Amino acid sequence: MAADTALGLQEAVVEAASDQRPLRITAGGTKTHAVGRDCEGTPLNVGGHTGIIDYQPSELMLQARAGTPVAELAAAVASEGQVLPFEPPRYGGNATLGGTLACNLSGPGRPWLGSIRDATMGVGLINGRGEQLALGGKVMKNVAGYDASRLQAGALGCLGLITDVTLKVVPAPEQTLTLTFEMDAQQALQTMSEKAATPRPLTAACWLDGRLYLRLAGAASAVQATAASWGGETLTAEHPFWADLRDMSLPFFKGAQPLWRQSTRATEPLQAETGCLIDWAGQQRWYRSSDAPAVEAGHVVLFAGGDRNTEVRGELDPVQQRLQLRLKQTFDPQGIFNPGRLYSWM
Amino acid sequence: MTTTPHTLAPVSADLLRQRLASILPAHCLIEETEAQRPYECDALSLYRELPLFIALPETADQAQAVLQCCHELGVPVVPRGAGTGLTAGAMAHPEGVLLGLAKLNRILDIDPVARTARLEPGVTNLAISEAAAEHGLYYAPDPSSQIACTIGGNVAANSGGVHCLKYGLTTHNLLAVEMLTVEGERVTLGGDGLDGPGLDMLAIITGSEGLLGVTVEVTVKLLPRPEIARVLLAGFDSVSAAGDAVGAVIAAGIIPGGLEMMDALALQAAEDFARAGYPRDAQALLLCELDGTEEEVAQHIDEVSAIFTAHGATSLRVSEDEAERSLLWKGRKSAFPAVGRMSPDYYCMDGTIPRHQVSHVLEEISRLSKKYDLRVANVFHAGDGNLHPLIMYDAADPAQVTRAEQFGVDILELSVAVGGAITGEHGVGLEKLNQMHDQYGESELHLFEDIKAAFDPQLTLNPGKGVPILKRCQEYRALPGKHNHGC
Ligand SMILES: Cc1cc2nc3c(=O)[nH]c(=O)nc-3n(C[C@H](O)[C@H](O)[C@H](O)COP(=O)(O)OP(=O)(O)OC[C@H]3O[C@@H](n4cnc5c(N)ncnc54)[C@H](O)[C@@H]3O)c2cc1C
Ligand SMILES: Cc1cc2nc3c(=O)[nH]c(=O)nc-3n(C[C@H](O)[C@H](O)[C@H](O)COP(=O)(O)OP(=O)(O)OC[C@H]3O[C@@H](n4cnc5c(N)ncnc54)[C@H](O)[C@@H]3O)c2cc1C
Repeated sequence: MAADTALGLQEAVVEAASDQRPLRITAGGTKTHAVGRDCEGTPLNVGGHTGIIDYQPSELMLQARAGTPVAELAAAVASEGQVLPFEPPRYGGNATLGGTLACNLSGPGRPWLGSIRDATMGVGLINGRGEQLALGGKVMKNVAGYDASRLQAGALGCLGLITDVTLKVVPAPEQTLTLTFEMDAQQALQTMSEKAATPRPLTAACWLDGRLYLRLAGAASAVQATAASWGGETLTAEHPFWADLRDMSLPFFKGAQPLWRQSTRATEPLQAETGCLIDWAGQQRWYRSSDAPAVEAGHVVLFAGGDRNTEVRGELDPVQQRLQLRLKQTFDPQGIFNPGRLYSWM
Repeated sequence: MTTTPHTLAPVSADLLRQRLASILPAHCLIEETEAQRPYECDALSLYRELPLFIALPETADQAQAVLQCCHELGVPVVPRGAGTGLTAGAMAHPEGVLLGLAKLNRILDIDPVARTARLEPGVTNLAISEAAAEHGLYYAPDPSSQIACTIGGNVAANSGGVHCLKYGLTTHNLLAVEMLTVEGERVTLGGDGLDGPGLDMLAIITGSEGLLGVTVEVTVKLLPRPEIARVLLAGFDSVSAAGDAVGAVIAAGIIPGGLEMMDALALQAAEDFARAGYPRDAQALLLCELDGTEEEVAQHIDEVSAIFTAHGATSLRVSEDEAERSLLWKGRKSAFPAVGRMSPDYYCMDGTIPRHQVSHVLEEISRLSKKYDLRVANVFHAGDGNLHPLIMYDAADPAQVTRAEQFGVDILELSVAVGGAITGEHGVGLEKLNQMHDQYGESELHLFEDIKAAFDPQLTLNPGKGVPILKRCQEYRALPGKHNHGC
């Protein structure tokens, strides 16, 4: 059911701003205890602000309200033979468009297909003064003003309340096929990099429990020719492996141990073979362990579990911290949105 | 538009000279007017200005020292790459320092396994792909100015190119930027992974037109070079037929590596110049490049040929080899200089529109061309709706200059009115400050102004460009010795 509740949301923000009362933005409520730190504040729910505003398949453009479930958007574009390029997690159908942009979580295709940040062309945002802003626009090429739309990706709602998002969508691949190979993690890392450096229709590469998974997607002719030359065992397109990885519903993600996420370069040495999942052809590593993995490059986030009152995203150097804090003050001068969710000082 | 008289900054120019001379070797500091001339404008020569000093550091440490010194003395600094910008974004400030970064041009590292390149800001766009070629890799964003423009300038402009429909703009192809703040502190934004800690600082820096910081190092993603690329050339007897054909290719689920359109005047100019064998009788020309594996390209060539034929293509030609492919592109790539030969001067506009508005917008442009009595040739990135109308005029005739400028303004307003943007890839610079009000309301402009102030509270970094300064304008103007920055 589509509903435009932007005015009510705006009023709620204006009121909170005048009382200097912190707000905790909620939507589907799927990532509240993950991704960022715990935060206190009066809940403000965007979940009722739903519906597709504009969808033009021939322009590869979709605009929808922030509370719209991602599953609903995926279904709408699928009916036109298109997909959301960033393969957002659906989390049982509850994840919303706004929450997905705020968290900037992407599925296994990110190195090839980009993130929601990359697909974002514009956003509607209510800032900390209660003003409704229209940032960016509806066309892919637009360099007028600072790119404040993409800045919302991963900001965890600390800069404002996202009311709508305009995205670039892409045609669905003609064929998808997955090859699997038995090998250890070291061998998998090397194989992933080798395959990723060749001009073949690779769109995902993951290693888990002694097995490498390579997904091919694109023109049928290219997919088939590549599969024939790479070998391996074939998984059917219907096999749920990638959807389960995307939604973090594989057994690896279950359990009480803290879950760490490392975003890094493909050549980074592996910290541990057990309790580890390698995705994005080596550029995203997940570790299950009580303590943070000691890494050489890239950055590590305490994604879920553990003590969510600590700096789950690590420390920032002082110059960067100053710039980020000033940006926060620019959008939200009184600090009413999700205080402390990203960093204790934000 | 006119050269401002060379005035001394309130801080003694002597003190500034002394300080700069202690930071830079003599050949890296340019003071004499004649030696400064090559730097008096970027590629938009309507706007010219000379700075107090031109600093051309050879190391990032020197650039840092220049910024620290200018910050201490409250002197404006304008960063500059190769000066190929088309919006006067790198135009000098008469009471400031022009900080040219072209000498920082070393390729620091190419990692073929991680598929990344670490570069100084003055490395040219083309040099990245040339250096990556031995590993079978390349850097995807390819502005038409790629022989000359620098990666630092590309980051500042969020440059695009023929490839960006499929492979994205600069913003999609960056991993990290090392930046100097206006205070001269060095900070790394982004990092080794596809995302970094906290707020997405790379997003806000990319396309910020040198207003938020000075880039001294860039790490980019490299992609495997496609096995093969072939180009399809198709003539149409109307712009709307060509526009419909473009929509049909996308609706068929094919995203070409490049998809460009030229109108009759542009294609005549390009053919005269490049002798590529373009069909002279066509009213619109499409160049569609398909890249990928051998099998995929063969499949797509067949599919796109069928679509073009079904949409009334009057001629169709497919490149058979690399030589023919580059010949077919040569006309498009030289379209600007080709139009330059038809007229003493031309004014290159840059608006983006939703693709289905192409024929409406081109009709309007043709009506405006009659109204202003100036010819216009249209070259554009059809795949993503980014228009480049080239308005022909004679700069020696002031009346024509005024008409050309007003014509340009009308085109940008039209772009916004049909749901597009006032700039797709060239930026706002000095040129489009007023049109920012067409695209954005007061609240958004205030936000941009606040973002500027968050990075540069004294507004000394590339002042007067990119964002109109509204509320701080009065205070800023009241500061002693500050140049009017266009508000
Ligand atoms: C590893 C893992 C596995 C999970 N598996 C499942 C599962 O299988 N099934 C299931 O039902 N749930 C699952 N969840 C929980 C589920 O993901 C979340 O409860 C919820 O779906 C998060 O999405 P959301 O859109 O509801 O955003 P929320 O969780 O409501 O919010 C996420 C963040 O975005 C911000 N935000 C949200 N909307 C906006 C907006 N419009 N503007 C600005 N900021 C906004 C919030 O303030 C918050 O910081 C899982 C979570 C994790 C971490
Ligand atoms: C014939 C021609 C064709 C063109 N085609 C395209 C095209 O296809 N696509 C496209 O996007 N553009 C195109 N352009 C525009 C221009 O080439 C690009 O904007 C380019 O990125 C500018 O790079 P530059 O090094 O020349 O920067 P400059 O012109 O020197 O500067 C441009 C802006 O960047 C800032 N800047 C430069 N270097 C730095 C730095 N290191 N740190 C901080 N700020 C910096 C400057 O202050 C200025 O605001 C074209 C220009 C010409 C003349």
